[in-house]
This record gives sequence, structure tokens and C-alpha cells, in this order.
Amino acid sequence: MPTIPADVLSVAQLARLRIDEAALDDVTDRFGRTLDLVAQLEQIDTEGVIPMSNPHDMQQRLRADEVTESNQREALQKTAPAVADGFFLVPKVLD
Amino acid sequence: MSWEVVMGLEVHLQLATKSKIFSGAANQFGADPNVQACAVDLGMPGMLPVLNSEALRYAVMFGLAIDARLGKRSVFDRKNYFYPDLPKGYQVSQFFEPIVCEGQFDIPMEDGSLFPVRITRAHLEEDAGKSVHDAYTGQTGVDLNRAGTPLLEIVTEPDFRTAAQAVAYLKALHSLAIYLGISDGNMAEGSMRCDINISLRPTGSEAFGTRTEIKNVNSFKFVEKAIAIETERQQDVLESGGTITQETRLYDADKNETRAMRSKEVANDYRYFPEPDLLPIIIDDEYIDAIKGALPELPRIKRSRFMSDYELGQYDAALLVDTPTLANYFEAAAIKSKAPKLTANWILGDLAGALNRENLEIGESPVSAEALAGLIIRIADSTLSSKLAKQVFEGLWQHEGTADAIIETRGLKQVTDTGALEAMVDQVIANHPDQVTQYRAAEESKQKKLVGFFVGQVMKASKGQANPQRLNTLLISKLGES
Repeated sequence: MPTIPADVLSVAQLARLRIDEAALDDVTDRFGRTLDLVAQLEQIDTEGVIPMSNPHDMQQRLRADEVTESNQREALQKTAPAVADGFFLVPKVLD
Repeated sequence: MSWEVVMGLEVHLQLATKSKIFSGAANQFGADPNVQACAVDLGMPGMLPVLNSEALRYAVMFGLAIDARLGKRSVFDRKNYFYPDLPKGYQVSQFFEPIVCEGQFDIPMEDGSLFPVRITRAHLEEDAGKSVHDAYTGQTGVDLNRAGTPLLEIVTEPDFRTAAQAVAYLKALHSLAIYLGISDGNMAEGSMRCDINISLRPTGSEAFGTRTEIKNVNSFKFVEKAIAIETERQQDVLESGGTITQETRLYDADKNETRAMRSKEVANDYRYFPEPDLLPIIIDDEYIDAIKGALPELPRIKRSRFMSDYELGQYDAALLVDTPTLANYFEAAAIKSKAPKLTANWILGDLAGALNRENLEIGESPVSAEALAGLIIRIADSTLSSKLAKQVFEGLWQHEGTADAIIETRGLKQVTDTGALEAMVDQVIANHPDQVTQYRAAEESKQKKLVGFFVGQVMKASKGQANPQRLNTLLISKLGES
């Protein structure tokens, strides 16, 4: 199925990316070529192959359930554009 | 047209670990905003999540408790969406390979039957932060203390047909979580939150109708109300020829209505993919067996044991095993009183009523299991009628001493002494010759009713302390002598 500009714009919206009108055809073309590659990969018979979710042949290390972090609010909020009463402030959002 | 309601539930259970699921920040409710949110929870660049071993153990405990198949290899995935209380722009969850796979959970119902609920899956994930929408003009406040709190999301098949079934399931799940010690179960603080997927179909139809999802209902009562009101709404829409829109709705308890959440411009598309920052979780038989061996006696096992050991019905047993504290209270009292059925009735009746009135938990009961057993013993041996027993219970509640001491000081002993009873009966018979004649002339079926008059008179004379069974026998025999 060929990739059309509408697909690109919908994915861009999900990712909160703005794509200029002028660049849309070019992005659509490159996007499409990436998807073609995936489509080509999908033709490989992977019956019985365990999906590789990570390139390392290792398993997850676990952490002991201990509190190791102390309150660093002041430091962590230094880079925030707006704070009040300990809250980060962002432009109004609603459910 | 009659409709059938079809529901599936998703429960988010906050796990009672000391620290977060992927960081060493404290996992405690009620702290000042953002004092328990570290760089990992904030999604700062370069931070690596590391899984909390206790969160994993809790998930496995839950899986074992419902006899589910466990994912010996499970993988975390990223669920992508944008919201300010989700700083990374994705939630780390398990989509493709969850830790707990299909299982079954049998729920004891009020009529004594068991209602089987199929569990689809239960997976580990991180909670998001909290947004405060009304405190700052034109701005939203974000508190990330809750971000990274370990959650177990438990998903069922669409097996529920009534609100009663849904609530019974949630209560059983809550009870199980408390038994396992994996959650504090504090619903007011959001430790257990429920999403209800609900649709209607014409009765007898196989195909599912279009469903809506009611998000984040956090009390048993609200679940019941939300289901009732959403059922009504969907029925109205369908019967007036409309169609249901698949959407997420909120239950507003103040207005008792559900309403659509402001619809996102684009339908939910979470674009899940494996979380590259976490490796697969592998658990082996040795690990599983160790957890299995350390499981406490589960509610369903305890329930069966209470039914066989104490000859209780399914539903009474289910009520008594609700929390370990209640179950222990019952067992201690039942063993001491040697009258388990009577003990169960008192705990679920008068004691539960009194605790409810004063808004107390069983663990805070002014009447200890031992004290209650003392009372039960005196009911079982006929020292107390049920009426006198209530007075003794009051005394126990007021800390007036043991049941025996209260019987003594309040002078509540039933008159069971045949000599004393006989004297009272003779007196009453002598005082009411007309009624005696009437009784003796009456047919046998009517006599049963007429004897009540004499019982009343003797009870009055004894100040309510005559043993009713003995009194009845004595009266019938005396009145029979002509």
C-alpha cells in the first residue's frame, strides 16, 4: 500500500511533530521507502523464531526494594520554566 | 426490547513496595508535591530504569494465587502518548508478553454459588503523575510523586452481566490483594482503580455491541452506580434509534452521570514497541516455587476450610475470610466457644452492625474474640436467651467485663431452674382462670396460639429471664392437666 501524505501527517501528529507543507512530499517519499523495507522484511519466514526485543543476550537485572533517592525537588525544578507550591506548571490541559 | 449488559473490567492495583517500580524514590502516599520524584521518574535524559525485584515478586504471587499461567519470559513495552503528567512521553508497560497470562478467579456470590471470572492477563506497569487543573489560572500543576508507582493491571474477559457480579469480583480481588500483602487496598487513595468496559446487546444475541470505557472508578459503590447509569444511557440511545460511540467516559459521582472525556483529535494509537532500556525478565521454576511455598493461606482455601471445619455456608464463609484479621477473629472465637455457626451469626450480625455504626474495623473492635466467645458459650448453654444476650453484648461493648461478670452484675441469668419456673407458671395459671378454661376448650391448633398469652405473663413475672424453651414445655404440660 503506497504511503500518502495523510499517513505521514497523522503519524506526525501522534509524535507532536510539525512538517512543513514544502517538505511533505519529500518526507512522504522517505517514509514510504522505510516502510517498503519493513514490508520486504515481513516476507521472511520467522515461524518459531523468538522475537528479539533486545540485542543483548542477557536478562534484566533486578533492584532491591530500597529507597535510595532523597528529595531533590529544588535541583530538579531549577530547569523548569514555571513552578508553584512544589508543582511543575504547564499550559492548561484538560482531560 | 430487553437488553443484556456485557462488561469486562480492568483494575489498576498499586503495589505496596517501599520504592518505585524503576527507581529508588519512595513510594508513599500523601507527600508534598514532587519530593518523591527522582531523575528517573522525571524522565531526565540518560536515566536508566531498573526493575524493582519486589514488584516482580508481587506480580508472581498474584499470578500463582489465581492459578494463572506465568510468563516465564516477559518483556516491557513503551505505550506512547503525550500528557504532562507522563514526562517521558511514554508509559513503560507490558503489552506483548505480560508477566501473568490467562487464569481464573472464582467469586463467591450471595446465593452461595461461585461465579467464575476469566482473567485475560495481569501486567506490570508504572503509574503516571497527577495533574491539578483548578488551582492555577490558565495553568495545570503537575505532581510527579505518583509517577513510577508500581501497578499491576488486571484485565478480565467480558464475563460480567450484572453490577452485582462486577462488585463481587472487585471485592474478592481487593480481599486477595490484602491477603497477599501486595497492596494496601486503600481505595480512597487510589490504590485500586477500576475501568469498566460496558456494552449492551439484545438478550439472546451473540454479537457484542459497541462498548464504552468508564475510567478510574475508585469505590465499590461508584462502580455499581456508574454501571447502572451508563446502562440506562446506552439503552436510551439504542432504543431511540441511535448508535453508541466507542469512547472513554468519566463517572461524575456528584452529578451521578457519565460523560465523554474531551475526545482527543486522533483516536488512541499507542504505537507500542519493546522498551529498549529494559531487558527481558526471565523467571525460572526455582524462583516460582520459592514464592509458591511462601504464599499465605489464600481466601479461597480458607473459605473451603471454614466450610468443612466449621460447617458454614459458602457465603458466610466468604464474608468471614474477607480480611485475615476478620478470619482470625472468627477462628479464635469459634474455637473457644465451640459453637462456630452461632459465632459466625454474631460476628456477621450484631458485631458487624455495631462496628458499622461506630465506623470501626474489626481490628478495632471493643469486644475481643475471647470476650465474644464468652457470650456465645452462655447462649449455647441456655444461660442467656437471645434477648438477654443482646444486653450482655452491650455490656461487653462498654467494657463492663467478661460475659459471666456482666450476667452476674446485671442479674441477667435466664431462669432455667424448673422449681422456680414452676412456681411462676402455677401463679399465672391460678391468676387467669378464664383464659385457662378458654385454652382447655380450644382445638389443638388454636391452643398453640393461646399459649402465647401465658408465656407473655410468665416472661413479665420473670422480667424476661425465663428460659423460653423450658417455659413453653412446662406451660403446655401444666395447662394440659385438667
